[in-house]
Amino acid sequence: MSETPRWLDEDAGPVVRPYALIRGRTRSSGDNLDLIATVSAVGEPPADLGPEQALILRVARHPISVADVAVELDLPVGVVRVMLGDLRDHGLISVSAPAAAGSRPNEGILKEVINGLRAL
Amino acid sequence: MDSVLSEDPVALKILIAGGFGVGKTTLVGSISEIKPLRTEEVLSDRGIGVDDLDGVEAKTTTTVAMDFGRITIREGLVVYLFGTPGQERFWFMWDELSYGALGAVVIADTRRLTDCFPSVDYFEQRGTPFVVAVNCFDGADQHSVDDVRIALDLDDGVPVMLCDVRRRASAKEVMITLVEHSLRTLTAAG
Ligand SMILES: Nc1nc2c(ncn2[C@@H]2O[C@H](COP(=O)(O)OP(=O)(O)OP(=O)(O)O)[C@@H](O)[C@H]2O)c(=O)[nH]1
Ligand SMILES: [Mg+2]
Repeated sequence: MSETPRWLDEDAGPVVRPYALIRGRTRSSGDNLDLIATVSAVGEPPADLGPEQALILRVARHPISVADVAVELDLPVGVVRVMLGDLRDHGLISVSAPAAAGSRPNEGILKEVINGLRAL
Repeated sequence: MDSVLSEDPVALKILIAGGFGVGKTTLVGSISEIKPLRTEEVLSDRGIGVDDLDGVEAKTTTTVAMDFGRITIREGLVVYLFGTPGQERFWFMWDELSYGALGAVVIADTRRLTDCFPSVDYFEQRGTPFVVAVNCFDGADQHSVDDVRIALDLDDGVPVMLCDVRRRASAKEVMITLVEHSLRTLTAAG
């Protein structure tokens, strides 16, 4: 509370209010995030990030699936999606859809999977 | 990503379905590290029509844990496994999971075969390639496999196999059979 007020303008980068991120909401731009989409942290996290959001950015320093983020945070997928949607809206994570979702995986990939399974 | 091999990473998902206590969790655990993934089930639809602007919805939810496993084939190629309960009340998860899924394993227990009917119906209707794995509780045998095929009225192409989900080798065989079946389905579709 007694912190020096920070200058926040267009150049200051994204501002994410702690906790206000998901409270009470069940819908967000994260709704359509596939469980196996990969998210990665990008940019500089603002100092006033909520603890869960900060944790997401930490676990997403290396690309990680949406489902794995939920497991790491031990939070329901729905809550994690809302937070991921907000972080994406603020330019703090990038999302790449699973290459195979919605389209058919190609033959070469499936053969690779079969061989990979055999080698397990 | 300034890697030379800048191929897009590929993530695939496979569903593990079947009735209560049929061996879903055991199967996922036999071939991958298993983690509980929490999802929320909406118990009532009272939230529908309630304006979002007040920020609170009158939805009642309960947490459902799914089995979640991951098999890394190589860097940039990962197969995710999702084990979900087979009862119809869990279909809210299935719709999402089956979207873009590589295929599904339906585990059957010959003593309670009807338990897997909803799963079989579901994947047939969605056009998701699936195999039926008969878990060998109490000495199920080849005879049971044939019975299962008839009882479930499966298309000829659908593989039915005996398995012991507690054994890694057996679990692997089931997964390989599924992916081979998906591959055949894919090539047949052109
Ligand atoms: N005898 C025998 N027991 C098995 C076999 N497969 C699983 N079990 C046991 O059956 C019980 C249920 O297996 P789970 O893997 O938990 O079944 P599940 O489908 O995940 O059950 P729910 O999630 O409760 O629906 C466990 O105690 C397993 O050890 C099998 O092939 N033979
Ligand atoms: Mg289970």
